[in-house]
Amino acid sequence: MTRRTKGLGLWIYTIIALVFLLIPIAYTFVFSFNDSGKLNIAWQGFTLDKWLTVCNTQGLCEAFGNSILVGVVATVLATALGTLIAIALVRYRFKARSAISLLLFLPMATPEVVLGAGLAAQFLTVGAEKGLGTIILAHTMFCISFVVVTVKARVASLDPALEEAGRDLYGSPGQVFWRITFPLLIPGIAAAALLSFALSFDDFIITNFNSGAVDTFPKFIYIAAARGIPAQVNVIASAVFLLAIVIVVVTQVSRAARAKRLARQLG
Amino acid sequence: MAFTAFASTPAVEQAPKKRSFIALVLLLPGILYLVLFFLTPLISLVITSFQQPVLDGDIGEYQAGFNWQNYVDSVGEYWPLILRAFGFALVATVLALVISYPIAYVIGVKARRWPLLQSLLLTLVIAPFFISFLLRTLAWKQIMSDEGPIVQALKAVAILPSDGHLTGTTFSVIFGLTYNFIPFMTLPLYATLERLDLRYIEAGADLYASPFTVFRKVTIPLSMPGIVSGTLLTFIPAAGDYINASRDFLGSSSTAMVGNAIEANFLVLQNYPAAASLSIVLMAVILVIVGVYVRRSGTEDLV
Amino acid sequence: MAIASFAESGADLQLSGITKRFPGFTAIEDLDLSIPAGSFFALLGPSGCGKTTTLRLVAGLEEPTEGSILIGGKDVTATKPYQRPVNTVFQSYALFPHMSILENVAFGLKRRKIGDAVAKAHEALKLVELDHLATRRPAQLSGGQQQRVALARAIVNRPALLLLDEPLGALDLKLRRQMQLELKTIQTEVGLTFLHVTHDQEEAMTMADTVAVMNKGRIEQLGAPEELYELPRTAFVANFLGQSNLFTGDVVASGPDHITVDVAGVPIVVPRIRSRRHAGEVAIGVRPEKVSLLTSAPAAETGRNVLGPGRVTDVSFSGVSTQYLVEIPHVGELVVFAQNMVFGPVVNVGAEVWLSWNVEHGFGLDDEPGSVPRFVADDSTESIAIQRRIALEEELEQA
Repeated sequence: MTRRTKGLGLWIYTIIALVFLLIPIAYTFVFSFNDSGKLNIAWQGFTLDKWLTVCNTQGLCEAFGNSILVGVVATVLATALGTLIAIALVRYRFKARSAISLLLFLPMATPEVVLGAGLAAQFLTVGAEKGLGTIILAHTMFCISFVVVTVKARVASLDPALEEAGRDLYGSPGQVFWRITFPLLIPGIAAAALLSFALSFDDFIITNFNSGAVDTFPKFIYIAAARGIPAQVNVIASAVFLLAIVIVVVTQVSRAARAKRLARQLG
Repeated sequence: MAFTAFASTPAVEQAPKKRSFIALVLLLPGILYLVLFFLTPLISLVITSFQQPVLDGDIGEYQAGFNWQNYVDSVGEYWPLILRAFGFALVATVLALVISYPIAYVIGVKARRWPLLQSLLLTLVIAPFFISFLLRTLAWKQIMSDEGPIVQALKAVAILPSDGHLTGTTFSVIFGLTYNFIPFMTLPLYATLERLDLRYIEAGADLYASPFTVFRKVTIPLSMPGIVSGTLLTFIPAAGDYINASRDFLGSSSTAMVGNAIEANFLVLQNYPAAASLSIVLMAVILVIVGVYVRRSGTEDLV
Repeated sequence: MAIASFAESGADLQLSGITKRFPGFTAIEDLDLSIPAGSFFALLGPSGCGKTTTLRLVAGLEEPTEGSILIGGKDVTATKPYQRPVNTVFQSYALFPHMSILENVAFGLKRRKIGDAVAKAHEALKLVELDHLATRRPAQLSGGQQQRVALARAIVNRPALLLLDEPLGALDLKLRRQMQLELKTIQTEVGLTFLHVTHDQEEAMTMADTVAVMNKGRIEQLGAPEELYELPRTAFVANFLGQSNLFTGDVVASGPDHITVDVAGVPIVVPRIRSRRHAGEVAIGVRPEKVSLLTSAPAAETGRNVLGPGRVTDVSFSGVSTQYLVEIPHVGELVVFAQNMVFGPVVNVGAEVWLSWNVEHGFGLDDEPGSVPRFVADDSTESIAIQRRIALEEELEQA
């Protein structure tokens, strides 16, 4: 038995496990082509109709639009607030450090149902009308901690000497930030923004407590689940999935190609 | 991942004593936001949990009070759901760990010499994130439905009795929880295994340890940070989840978890104090479990 | 499985016909090597020469493509690393970060279910004078202390054969010297067989009884340090162990005791027994410290070779000695080490000098003279990169 065949079992297991992870995705994709009536359960035959008539389902595209809107606004807010905190945590020393770390950690350690119920209780207390605004406030809240974690890793990996060099070369604090620190942080900030958007876009539990009469895409699915999901939902989900996968794969392949090119130039 | 990220704060070495005024300006907006929309809501929740109904008021009308009885009532009524929530979460966490560790090991260690393959495998692990959590769960509901291929096959080989179901059972709820949290388990495990220095494994083999002993005594302890993060990232949301256990998804009324009770009391029955007191109980139990767990696993520097 | 008892003393190691091929690269070519029990053996060579691969083959961390490995007369070629009576002091030390120093040292004993593991671990720590740090974690120790723990963790198992993979590489010079002495003392005390891999010729020569110089997957020469230095067999050895002045020329006279080589018109005499080739074109050499620097032409004298006149092109002072570079027309540039017996250099740059050395100090090489350029170390980045990648791949394979 050679060493090459020894790990084969693990590889086979991994492939099977990954296929298992992808089953519901394949199912969703296939059933976006189902020539079904109102209920999209049994296979009725292939059709492209559902892809062409996505917005005919009442409220679906509106809910999808709301999800995009909420995702974008919450991402912008959370990324801005979280990035500032991340920079402060790595670069400055201050007294309340451990209390602040705890405050950032707790939202991630709190079950969503508690976060949702808490905000709902608060909005009830102050008499705020639930709607798009309250959803955005809620999403921004739970995204901040994840932004801090992601950006902080990037700030910590930056050599402080770069900023010192900037100051040494006559840069004012503002110039040093915008010309040196910020450009170097962009990969971390972009990753944090993508994560925020994904978290917001897929959130249902917190949204459910704080959305009032407004629907988002996940909430639309939740409500529709009681009476049967129209195939158009599968169309939107499949389209979003394909778009996301394309973005990720293109990024990875181009990064690998860049690394290879660089290695060739150096070699 | 998320949890250990707070542990390794290199700030102390990096930060010279700078004007804390700038730190304040950077911190203030975000911290204020979290105080307003995270901390005060928790306080609102505590206040709500002690409220009492307004006499002769409408449904959903409550006034401030100090009604301990809310806790007694809600725990008295829902204790099976609380136990079920933690039981299901525990089983799902263990299953997800057992399923995810080999995946993370293959991607983080075995695939190290092919970076492109490594990142493509990783993409497959996170691919479920790109499609709605609810839709994935519904897809399993359809696949496991009574007319679906799995039930038919199980009935054909008589593993399942002819009147048996898969959906709406304890099995399907735990299955759903496990499935949905595998990526949350795999990613932090991958993050530590990817950095595992293989020279320790060689040193173990050199010191008379068999491959299994090396795994038990060297690999597992060195990947402990990933195990702790992964289990927390799975256990906490699984304990509070109410989608998988919901009747419209993989559960039935006999599989309801505490999350279902909180949702029903808050959004349907408008019994806010009951929902609030259950939330506080859920959170308190989680904090205690996490605290003890983190202390015992020796990774105390989480925060 | 694991060896139940301690080795009473070191065992001998025999490699026969070992070849190790990696995809697109041969690390070791048909290597035969025999190390007697109880000796301190150094495998010396530049990076990429195959010495670390050899060590890993003996440890069982790699499998040879061909050939067999015998430890104490027993064939261990097919056994796993944890089944071999061999321990390694790793270059990176590889101390388990999640265990205390004591747990690290007791690890191997516990795996072999040897009684009194803790007491024996304490003893080993006393030997390296670190018992007071037994409860610490590796990260709390300095580099030198970690190195000693790694040594204790290996020798506590009383392996028949101890492998040292450049274990002093990460230490600073002073600590290095100190550790060299300690290692040598411990080896004498416990009587184990040591196989030490290094690229540091000085380290190899001060510590080992026998040194094997390795280059491009083969052993160039093997012998006692003095022998290797005084009588290098190839240009590679002549220049890897210290420096040499090498010349090529045709043999013009061949007597019973000496041969005479024509070097750019000057007859240079070399003892016959110190020369590997005795006819045709040959490569000969002399060590720089054997050469004397003269400011006037010496009278012809039997028993001494003379070159010159030449010009001093560089003088560099190094404390104990001064190194002079002398350019001799048609011969080339020669190096001379002169002891600093007086204050300041004997001659300055530009001075006209003659060089002379005792005939008995010359040596003749075995190489084809055409292929004897001045030695260039085989440290091309490409071969190092390949070597490193292969090492990493094998680690993965192991895991």
